[in-house]
Amino acid sequence: MINYDEIIPQKIRDIQPSGIRKFFDIAQQVEGVISLSVGEPDFKTPWAARKEAITVLEKGRTAYTANAGLAQLRTEISKYLNNFIHVDYDPTSEMIVTVGGSEALDLAMRAMVQPGDEVLVPEPSFVCYSPIITVCGGTPVPIVMTVEDRFILRADALKAAITPKTKALILPFPNNPTGSVMRRGDLEKVAEVLRGTNIMVISDEIYSEMTYGGEKHVSIASLDGMRERTIVVNGFSKTYAMTGWRLGYCAGPQPVIKQMLKLHQYCIMSSPTVSQYAAITALTSCREDVDHMIEEYDMRRRLVVKGFNDMGLTCFEPEGAFYVFPCIKSTGMTSAEFCEKLIYSKKVAVVPGSAFGASGEGYVRVSYAYSVQHITTALSRIREFLEEMGH
Amino acid sequence: MNKKLLALLKQNARLTNAELSAMLGVSEQEVAAGIKQLEDEGIIIGYSAIVNEEKADDNAVTAIIELKVTPFKDRGFDDLAHTIMQYEEVDSVFLLSGANDLSITITGTSLRKVALFVSERLAVLDGVLSTTTHFVLRRYKEKNHVFNEEHSDERSLVSP
Ligand SMILES: Cc1ncc(COP(=O)(O)O)c(C=O)c1O
Repeated sequence: MINYDEIIPQKIRDIQPSGIRKFFDIAQQVEGVISLSVGEPDFKTPWAARKEAITVLEKGRTAYTANAGLAQLRTEISKYLNNFIHVDYDPTSEMIVTVGGSEALDLAMRAMVQPGDEVLVPEPSFVCYSPIITVCGGTPVPIVMTVEDRFILRADALKAAITPKTKALILPFPNNPTGSVMRRGDLEKVAEVLRGTNIMVISDEIYSEMTYGGEKHVSIASLDGMRERTIVVNGFSKTYAMTGWRLGYCAGPQPVIKQMLKLHQYCIMSSPTVSQYAAITALTSCREDVDHMIEEYDMRRRLVVKGFNDMGLTCFEPEGAFYVFPCIKSTGMTSAEFCEKLIYSKKVAVVPGSAFGASGEGYVRVSYAYSVQHITTALSRIREFLEEMGH
Repeated sequence: MNKKLLALLKQNARLTNAELSAMLGVSEQEVAAGIKQLEDEGIIIGYSAIVNEEKADDNAVTAIIELKVTPFKDRGFDDLAHTIMQYEEVDSVFLLSGANDLSITITGTSLRKVALFVSERLAVLDGVLSTTTHFVLRRYKEKNHVFNEEHSDERSLVSP
């Protein structure tokens, strides 16, 4: 009989299924669950983009595109980035259209990380960074972010984590799961530490359009001396509610992008053609839809933050993405216990903070990518839950 | 602010002032004043539940009745509309452009009652030339609320 254990390398077998996945399995067993657990918009893709996809299919545009993506799409992305983060990228040599931001993250790490390298991962954060680093033979080095620091990356914490082996820093802001953002001043301090080092930044800006409170997103790539050491990762999933279209992109200095493009070329060929055409429309004609969605998110954000604070689960004021990250330590439960009890007794699903790194323990992630009606129902069930627990 | 307030109330009039104040980022007093102003100005004229009539009462029927009428000299369609409005069976009365003039919705406890209402109360009114009655067979959506949709959210329960 074939021995799969010998076939599958230990480091692959050792990769843990994400804590989100585990929780999903629990949630699925319970009948009639209402969820505040998704990491994707509740809105549908703007109609103009959907219509463009239909038109493209009718015209039979179903072939591969250029490896790096349609030239017109790259030109539009370049214009967009210029306008939004004020950084100039050459659409022909400094950009790749990828299968979601996910692929861009994977490419960046595979192109740069080798055995012996350390990659700094501020936590709590999105679940994919560490496994990819590990597969590349690198070592993920978590940097703990705390509520006292508004869940941002502090320059001194960064400095303390850097060793001669440090290859790259993941900069995941606006942050999933905390909703924290790094404002210009916060980024300046981080940039100051990195300038003059040989450390690359992989800046995951997938939620960059979703910042609240007036100030727009700032990319670290726009700061002095940082463009040459930053790979900007972004995409269409969140901004344009296009998760299922699987389209994202990265932009960065040509010597790195060139290597990433080779990997992309061999493992993907080119990103989905229909999605690329729809993305051109998203960039050129869906601004109003995006503004509308962001305004909605902002309203829900305030509703949810107030809801948790009123229940006595203190909630740091998130300024980005579509998550809030209330602290549940006062209940005396771990985040996994809290979430399991909540789902069994009140059928509400929220994600344990511990799924996003050890420093997420004591918190739960609540998504507000849901209608107001849905949110108020779920909040009142959580309130009942706390009352019944004698909180 | 009142425009946003109105949009929220149109979607869900049962949001509390506290919830509305959080969502709009203004004080509860400002919300209360905003609502009062909308009411005083006659912009908000009432609040009512959106009811799934079939569920509430097995026999309930709703009909949309289109009327062709002759306008009265000097008084247009208003007189007739006002007469029809007085019947309590009548839920709504609209003046329309196009082929028909007035559109009325009626909810009754049986098909027969609605049909009798049309023939005995509406058709006989002075100025009514003809009536066309459409019974509602199924409700899908009303005032932006969807009926009988078990799970319209296709997203996974939990995702990263
Ligand atoms: C922080 C973060 N980065 C990247 C992604 C990947 O998104 P996509 O591959 O759909 O662009 C997600 C999705 O949840 C995310 O939350």
